[in-house]
This record gives sequence, structure tokens and C-alpha cells, in this order.
Amino acid sequence: MIELKGIAAASGISIGPAYKIGKEEFIITKEQIRLEDIPVQIQLFEEALIRTRREIIELQKRIAVDMGQEQAEIFDAHLLVLEDRMLIEEVILRLKQECVNVAYIFSEVLKKYINVFSKIEDEYLKERVADVNDVGKRILRNLLGKKRKSFEDLKEKVVVVAHDLSPSDTAAMHKQNVCGFVTDIGGKTSHTAIMAKSLEIPAVVGTQEATVKIKMGDLLIIDGGTGTIIINPDEETLRVYHQEEQKLKGISERFLLVKDLPAVTLDGKSVEITANIELPEEVASVKLHGAEGIGLYRTEFFYMNRKDLPSEEEHYQAYKYVAEEMKPYPVIIRTLDLGGDKFLSQLQFPREMQPFLGWRAIRFCLAQPDIFKVQLRAILRASIHGKLKLMYPMISGVEELRQAHKILEEAKNELINEAVPFDNEIEVGAMIEVPSAAMTADLLAGEVDFFSIGTNDLIQYSLAVDRTNEKVAYLYEPAHPAVIRMIKNVIEVAHSVGIRVGMCGEMAGEPALVLILLGLGLDEFSIPPQVIPEIKYIIRSIALSEAQHIACEALKLSTGKEVEEFSQAKLKEILGGV
Amino acid sequence: MALINKKIIVKNKQGLHARPAALFVQIANKFDASITVRRADERVNGKSIMGILMLGAEKGSEIIIEAEGTDASAAIAELEKIISNEG
Repeated sequence: MIELKGIAAASGISIGPAYKIGKEEFIITKEQIRLEDIPVQIQLFEEALIRTRREIIELQKRIAVDMGQEQAEIFDAHLLVLEDRMLIEEVILRLKQECVNVAYIFSEVLKKYINVFSKIEDEYLKERVADVNDVGKRILRNLLGKKRKSFEDLKEKVVVVAHDLSPSDTAAMHKQNVCGFVTDIGGKTSHTAIMAKSLEIPAVVGTQEATVKIKMGDLLIIDGGTGTIIINPDEETLRVYHQEEQKLKGISERFLLVKDLPAVTLDGKSVEITANIELPEEVASVKLHGAEGIGLYRTEFFYMNRKDLPSEEEHYQAYKYVAEEMKPYPVIIRTLDLGGDKFLSQLQFPREMQPFLGWRAIRFCLAQPDIFKVQLRAILRASIHGKLKLMYPMISGVEELRQAHKILEEAKNELINEAVPFDNEIEVGAMIEVPSAAMTADLLAGEVDFFSIGTNDLIQYSLAVDRTNEKVAYLYEPAHPAVIRMIKNVIEVAHSVGIRVGMCGEMAGEPALVLILLGLGLDEFSIPPQVIPEIKYIIRSIALSEAQHIACEALKLSTGKEVEEFSQAKLKEILGGV
Repeated sequence: MALINKKIIVKNKQGLHARPAALFVQIANKFDASITVRRADERVNGKSIMGILMLGAEKGSEIIIEAEGTDASAAIAELEKIISNEG
């Protein structure tokens, strides 16, 4: 039994034999042809292009049905390359000049373009190299009359193991034959990760050495939630994971039945269930899981892994897309939350002794108003395309809130002067994640349109626990009486002045704690899309009066452990057999 | 048939790669006129994504668009809009 760790890309547990896909390499020999064979070669080439086009369009149709329009659009870029006049003309011209077989010429021309593109420092072009490669291989395969390994005749479900998977590879795998993905390279935002998520197939990427350690047919357990792969597990481990897998499956079937129903308690109180996202591409999955909006759109992704700063246009296009896709539901964009454990590669961040207490989030933005304003302008401009709201992270007091508002006003005035339209009524909120903000929520409430409690930070700040430190991680307790009381205070003062309170930390997706939060009066739960059906199910299974009673009882308890146990017991009672 | 050419400075922040390049090619393909784009010594087909990307035209670089055909002037007018858009 060997255990491998990678990046958790798509959650869920799968058990199955490994099915390894090697890198596809073609051996293409250079063959001289006779002058009179040129028309035949051209015809071969044209037929290969037509066949490839048909394949891509079919693939696109299937993907649109299986995974949504958005994933299908990846292949639009493939069609653009396939139909490229310059590429086609160059192949035909060289064929005539050199009298060499078309497969060879095509592979040479392809290489030339890939070489040029690989040298250009541009994120977008790097993606295009993958597209050109993918289409190129498809055309070559058709030119040579070869077939890609097909997954259709597999007798049992397999875990696909590969160095990397192209969008075509991932898409060619049918849901009924593949129960997991493992790759050597790739990150959370790789094609494999995004596709696996929308297919809801567990995936672990970036394992470095999966293709070395795993042999064809090895029995694999893959846990996409933790990024763990177990190769040839012993019986006990297998039994444990089998149980877990069965449990997850049974539960999710029950929950899926309610995913598109509103989150209303038995006595008629309705709350909003929204989703947390990081990438615009996640919108499809958000809608699929029945979210009524986006409660937290993290925007740090724009700034990661690149040398330059994102332009206003880039921000704008992404926000516009998300706003339009989610219409009429609201989308809350959190302004830049860098620092702590997320850094900008293009700016020099000083090394800090305590980064979580340092120059981060709104503090950074207020010190760099030029960077901040680019984002604010983009959010404002996009606000006419749907229902956008914005919120500032890490507000610690009224002073910071006013400074941020001032920059927002400047951005608005700029747009007014430029006669650029925006929603002047856009709602602005503050995240409550610093204990001082929670304690002074009454002072902040008068200056914003809503609150969103960020529990991950609120818990670590109020309990003084660094979660990543193994020695103290046990002290990180969402159910700690201090945390529950703080949340109660925030909700009460917000409601007294008539503003709504959401929560966008992990706590809002913890089934047992949802009972308490509901009872305390939380208006919106912003959670990962995958847990939406479950949380809706729970809310629909309880009366608000009962939840209030549970919250009231929980507030009398003296330790986090007691609160946790109490709420777990209540959850069991409510859900009965599930 | 008219052959028209026009010198244009690329104003997009991303230059003529990324999304603007794809947009450029899509629009160019709507016209019957043949379209060529020149930058320094490079000449590429304006209806080819590979060609436009190979030009590597950054923000601020000077390119010449040549169009030949009945709808040449309309083509140039539309294409100019894309590259002089300061996004």
C-alpha cells in the first residue's frame, strides 16, 4: 500500500483499477512523392480536416449536454485553428514545392507555430499552444488513419492516470466509464480540474509522480476532497473507503431531489443559498447545483501566476460574464484580498513575521489606490449587466470603511465624467472577519448595505489560532461559544438597522452548525456549490422556531465541543435515517 | 477593385493577442475582401488566427491593414475599431 498526495481538484471518493494513458506520439517519416500524387495528398489533407471538424462538432454537442455550454466553448478555439487559412495554405504550398507526404509537412508546419507561440510571454498564448497541439494531434491522427484509444468498450469503471490530459482527452471519457482522474501536472484551475468538477468525478492533479508510481491495473482509491491517492490498499483501508463511498452516494441522491427548490423552513421562513466561486468558469456548476446567486466571488485569481497586473478590461469582462450568467440572481464580488497566504507575484511583498496580521486585503488596497481603483471601476462598469454587489475584506473599523468608500466615490465620479454607465445604487457591504469589526458591528452597520461574515478568519483571529500549525489546530473550533456569540451580536445589530447578514466561510456549509446559524437569524449562506443540495435539504427539514430553540440552547453551553455534539445530535434527530 | 491600406497604432493593453486577436479574425472573416496585416517585414493573412498571433503586435506597435475587395473600406473601418479600443 502506497499513499500519494496531490492537489485536490474535484471532491468525492472513487475506487477502481488504474487505466494509464501514455503521451500520444506519432512517428512520421518523410517520404518523397511524385508530382502527380500531389492532388491525392491534398485530397487526403482535406478529408482529414473535414473528419476532424466533424469530430470536434460532435464532441462539442455531447459536452454541451453533459457539462454545459461553457465547457463546449473551449472547442470553439479548436475550430478556429482547424479552419485557419494560413495554416492550410502553408501546408498546401509546401506540399507543392517540396513533393513530400502531407503528414510530414503538416507536422513540420505545426511544430513551427508551436515553437513561435511557446516563446511569446503571454498567458493567453500559452493556452493556445495547448489548443493548437490538441487539434494538430487530431488532424494527424486522421491523416494517418489512426484511432485514439477509446473508452467506450471498457467493461468496468476505471481511474484514468496520465501525465496530463488535454480537453479532448477529458471530454472523450464518458461518465459511465471513468470514475476518477489522476495527473502528474496541473493545478486547481487546469482544464482537467475544471472539467472533472463539472462532471463531478473525483480528481487529484499535480501529483508529480503518479505515472511513475502507478501501474496499469493497480487498484486505486482516490479521495478528491483531500487530494489523496492510495495505491493497492490493504483490506481494512478498502473497507473503510467503500463504506464512505456508499454513504456519500446514498446521501447525494436524496439531496439532489431538492436542489432546485427554494430554501424554506417548515414554517415558511426563506433564506438565500448562494455559492462561493473563484473562477468565472465555475458559474455552470453553481447553476447546476441550484444556487440562488453568488455570495462570494473571490478575485485574487486574476493576480496570481503572472508578471503584469490585470487590466480593467480583464476584470470587466469576467464580472460582466458572471453578472449576465447569474441574472436575475445577485453576485457579491469581494475586492482584492491579497496577503496572508496569498501573494502577488508581480509586486514585491515584504516578508512579514505575521502575515495574517500584516499588510493584506483592504489595508493593501487602501495603500495602493491605483490598483484598487482599477478593480472598482471594472465592478461598477459591469454592474449594469446584472445584479452586482461589492464587499471589502478585512475591515477592522469605521475608518477603513470610510477610506474605501472614498475611493469608490472617486471611481464613480470618474465614470460619470467619462459618461460611462453604471448602477449608482450598487450595494456595498463589509466583511466581518476581524473581531474588532464584530464587536463594533453597530457602528459599521450604519455605513453599509449588508454584512458578510467571513468565518475562516474570524475564528482564527478571535481564538488566536493558526490553523496551519498542527500543534494548535485542534483549538480551531467554529462552534466555540465566543464565535457563536460574536455571530449572534453581528446579526442582531444588523437586523436592528434593517440590513442583511450573510456568511461566506466554511462554517456556513457545516450541516450541524447550519441549524444554529439559521436559528440566530442568518439571511444568506454562501457555500461551495457541491454542498448546496445538502444544506437546502437540511433547511427544508426544520422549522425556524425549532432552529431558534436549538440556537438558544447552544448559547447556554460552555465549550465548543459541547456545542458541536449538541448540534450534531439535533441534526441526526431532524434528518432521521438520512 | 479597390486596394486600401491604413496605418494603425495598436492601442489595446493586451496588444493584438489574446481575445482581441480572436475577435479581429472573426470580424475579418465576415468580409469578402482579402485582408493582409503587415508589421515591419512580416505579412500575414488577416483572416488567420495563427497569422495574427505570430505578428506579436504589442500595445503601441504600428501595423498596416490592407484590404482588397468590394467591402474593403467597411472591413478596415470595423477592424480599426477593435485595435484602437483602449481596453
